[in-house]
Amino acid sequence: MDNGKIIETVGLTKRYGPQTAVDHLSFQVEDGEIFGFLGPNGAGKSTTLLMLLGLSRPTEGSARVCGLDPIRKAREVKRLVGYLPENVGFYGDMDAVQSLEYVAGLSGISRANLGDKIERLLDLVGLKAEARKKVGAYSRGTRQRLGFAEVLIKDPKVLFLDEPTLGLDPDGALRLIELIHSLNRDHNITVVLSSHNLYQVQKISHRVGIMIKGKMVAEGSMEKLAQDKFGVGDKEYSLEEIYMKYFQEV
Amino acid sequence: MQGLYAVFRKELCDHFSSYRFVILFAVIAMVSFITSYVVGIHMRQNLEALSNTKFPFLMLFSTTGTLFSMVQFVAFFGPLIGLVLGFDSINRERAHGTLIKLISQPIYRDAVINGKFLAGVVTISIMLLSIVLVITGFGLAIVGVVPGIEEIWRLTVYLVISIFYVSLWLGVSILFSILFRSIATSALASVALWIFLSFFVSLGADVVANTVAPVNQQNAANPEAVLRNTRIKESVGLCSPMVLYSRATATIIDPMRKTNRAIVLMGPMEELLASRFQNPLPLSQSLIVVFPHTTALIAITLICFAISYTVFMMQEIRT
Repeated sequence: MDNGKIIETVGLTKRYGPQTAVDHLSFQVEDGEIFGFLGPNGAGKSTTLLMLLGLSRPTEGSARVCGLDPIRKAREVKRLVGYLPENVGFYGDMDAVQSLEYVAGLSGISRANLGDKIERLLDLVGLKAEARKKVGAYSRGTRQRLGFAEVLIKDPKVLFLDEPTLGLDPDGALRLIELIHSLNRDHNITVVLSSHNLYQVQKISHRVGIMIKGKMVAEGSMEKLAQDKFGVGDKEYSLEEIYMKYFQEV
Repeated sequence: MQGLYAVFRKELCDHFSSYRFVILFAVIAMVSFITSYVVGIHMRQNLEALSNTKFPFLMLFSTTGTLFSMVQFVAFFGPLIGLVLGFDSINRERAHGTLIKLISQPIYRDAVINGKFLAGVVTISIMLLSIVLVITGFGLAIVGVVPGIEEIWRLTVYLVISIFYVSLWLGVSILFSILFRSIATSALASVALWIFLSFFVSLGADVVANTVAPVNQQNAANPEAVLRNTRIKESVGLCSPMVLYSRATATIIDPMRKTNRAIVLMGPMEELLASRFQNPLPLSQSLIVVFPHTTALIAITLICFAISYTVFMMQEIRT
């Protein structure tokens, strides 16, 4: 980790043929913060997260996650980072416990005390009662909670959450957001939260980055962004208003 | 290694608990039972002829029953096992969104494809071994013939070649499951290639041979013309894995076969010698005869897997 920065990118670029998905992206995420990663669909957020995980090779530029190069040290980075994709998939014929055991096996987690850990995680995400039900019969919200438990099983230092509350009912979304907040607060887990729900992002994020057309058009705390755009602090303007202002300008 | 083991274990569980495996295994077990029963009955009725052969046990596998022998059955339908086990291995993960979850775990990306291929090969091995054991058991019960050491070795070699042959088709189907996003397309492409290479190459070989070196009324008596035509036919036919496999296993399972060629030109003295010394080939000699075919089959299997591996490793994974 360099100077408390858990994520650092310099000129990160990804091109698919003539199309530029991420265009010379440079930003930093501090250790222990919740970073709201905002932008419209197709802005390049998911591509950026994939590059930070070492799953996609950048066309140009470099990145460091927990002080490691995600391309050269992909496995080490993936050991430290838990990633919940937007459309997380499951094996429908497994139950929640089997799903978690499989992910634990992939992560190389010892089988000793694994049962206790799984029980604790299922309790944490509110799935204890449905632990032995086939995942194929789960609702989208329940699947999302299981996905969150799978991400947490390897005790990550950083969480990349891509639309984690998508498809959850308001109560479920609120509980998940509170859970993310408590993980950050109590366990010092750094969170990169990509979401279209600006209210939720505003509620828990320390800083936000707004990405439009592959470029980071704004980065900083809500106060700073409001100051930059409107000349006042965030008390006057919501994140939605700030975001829309940037979006309309671009 | 932990990633490879986890994927391998899960895939193996999936294969053995899937309906498609159960159905396929039931069909193969049924055919094996029927074939071995018919062959066993046929051999029991011809015990006199049986006493003249040195390797009666191998006849259980090479003798044609009502429809086909065990060896022919694996040559024709063995590829289906490979295709069924692999045609949706990668694109199903992609379609269900589990591929991104898999590779975002702290494993090397190749653990996914290696684990899947390895699980498929182990499943194929267990399936083929079961068939051989079923026929062996039936043979022992019906005919009462105990296999000799050389027969066991020949069956082992046959089994290894068969595993590579079916694994080749597993590799093909995994390759298509990487190349095509649609499961139906990859299944269709795999079956189409199987049909083309197994059935149409032989027809194509005839056409090529008759075009390049035609045998007509004028040169039908000319051995060189006939030989040239046959050689071209055989060479083109080798493009088919089924032909390679059939030639490799026929010599292994039938020690009386001394060559893989369809036509052998012999002088009168050679012909006389051959008729006087009609002994079976030792296993080592049979292995030398089938060495080119076996090596080619193994090489194609490995090349096919290597292509799948490379394509999978270079493919961009999107959410």
